[in-house]
Amino acid sequence: MNTAATDRFAIYTSELTRQFGQLTAVDHIDLRVPYGQIFGLLGANGAGKSTVIKMLTTLLSPTSGTAEVGGFDIIKSPGEVRRRIGYVSQLVSADGALTGYENLRLSAKLYGLTKAERDERIADALDFMGLADSAHKLVKTFSGGMIRRLELAQAMLHRPAILFLDEPTLGLDPVARRVVWDRLLDLRHDYGMTVLITTHDMEEAETLSDQLAILHVGRVSVVGNPAELRAGLGADATMDDVFVHYAGGLIHESGTFSEVAQTRRTAHRLG
Amino acid sequence: MERFLRESAAIVEVELIKLVRDPTEIVSRAVQPVLWLVVFGQVLAQVRGIHTGQLSYLAFITPGILAQSVLFSAIFYGIAVIWERDLGVVHKLLVSPARRISLVFGKAVAAGFRGILQAVVIYLIAFVMHVSLRLDPLAIFAVLAGVMLGSGIFATFSLIIACIVKTRERFMGIGQLLTMPMFFASNAIYPLDIMPSWLRVIAQINPLTYLIDALRGLMIMGGESIHGYAVDFTVMVTVFAFLLFVAVRLYPTLAE
Repeated sequence: MNTAATDRFAIYTSELTRQFGQLTAVDHIDLRVPYGQIFGLLGANGAGKSTVIKMLTTLLSPTSGTAEVGGFDIIKSPGEVRRRIGYVSQLVSADGALTGYENLRLSAKLYGLTKAERDERIADALDFMGLADSAHKLVKTFSGGMIRRLELAQAMLHRPAILFLDEPTLGLDPVARRVVWDRLLDLRHDYGMTVLITTHDMEEAETLSDQLAILHVGRVSVVGNPAELRAGLGADATMDDVFVHYAGGLIHESGTFSEVAQTRRTAHRLG
Repeated sequence: MERFLRESAAIVEVELIKLVRDPTEIVSRAVQPVLWLVVFGQVLAQVRGIHTGQLSYLAFITPGILAQSVLFSAIFYGIAVIWERDLGVVHKLLVSPARRISLVFGKAVAAGFRGILQAVVIYLIAFVMHVSLRLDPLAIFAVLAGVMLGSGIFATFSLIIACIVKTRERFMGIGQLLTMPMFFASNAIYPLDIMPSWLRVIAQINPLTYLIDALRGLMIMGGESIHGYAVDFTVMVTVFAFLLFVAVRLYPTLAE
């Protein structure tokens, strides 16, 4: 299980690869994410970000290569991995027909928290995310920012070591986006959580990430901290310049019809 | 085992909360059985063209119409699962350490409770129409057990279809394509022995036939199970176990 080389890392992938028919969505990726970091995963639509997250969260099996998450192999010990991770998908996963509290209680039960733990942690999470007053309202009446905060609350109930966030601020207004950022930084500060986040938002990437990797057609084209990456391209370079340089073009240039449709759907439901 | 029950119960609880909060579906699903029993059943009873032994035609089709509502309400569980996939609820469930079988079994049990609500509606309609019902507690309990099992079978079957087709549009087409033939290739509204032999063969491998056969004996005064309850329930339990086995393997592919 844990080896000396890997136990410093929350996420350690070796030649992780996923093909869909002829298409290689993720191509021999080696990622190293140390414990306690916020790690940004950037790339154009279709670069492979979501596929990487799906493999690391055990939703999709790799075609070849391996990965350890929280010290456990994603193929051999998916159950152990699941216990140690939280996940907020790009989709809106909170159930609108339930109240915020009921959504949280469902997660708590599926993660096997005892009754006492459940009550305490649900109350904590609601407070922390500023949702205590709306806990018993139906989620379909929530604003986009509230839904995202509820999903973060759900993902942290079992105190995961590693949190996976797939475009968590997509479709949020600037204020709601800022609140989500603050909560993420608090989570890292209070619980030492490792966070892997995908985003299209360069300001978000720069504000949050200790390190980031830019993917281009399924491969890692660069890894580094945001300031270093900017400095590497010249004194006036912005994160947009970094992205264009390493991601092989402008944002939103590519992406399949279904990806674009899904992104719009998510933005619509949160907006 | 304790963990399996706890996880399944969590899924059932959520489904029941949603059902109670929005009962329009229960009401709208009651319309079809009313049509079948009050209109179709009464008219066909005048014709006396179908020999149903000592049972009146209306009494004969009452268990068939209950089984039909169980089938129709459970089969659309697949749509709900596809909806949950589009929303991302399925992904959230599958990254949790809950066992896959708990997630699938929980859905089946929730479908069973919906089936029981259908049974209550049909009992009421049949009572108003003076169908002579068996009202001893043991018989009613056995009817409800059959209804739960039947609901579980069709909901799990529907979930399997959903995992294969993955989109609502395709599911709607296939759902229609499966439910009506299953209904007509069963003993719901005519007995097996008046069927042409090719249809009887299909009816004999249709799980709906075994549910109806058991319900006919358990629900109706003077009704009898042709296959015997032991055969009916053994077939249903076996089919359910097999479908559960398949669904547990396919369900995770919804999040890929």
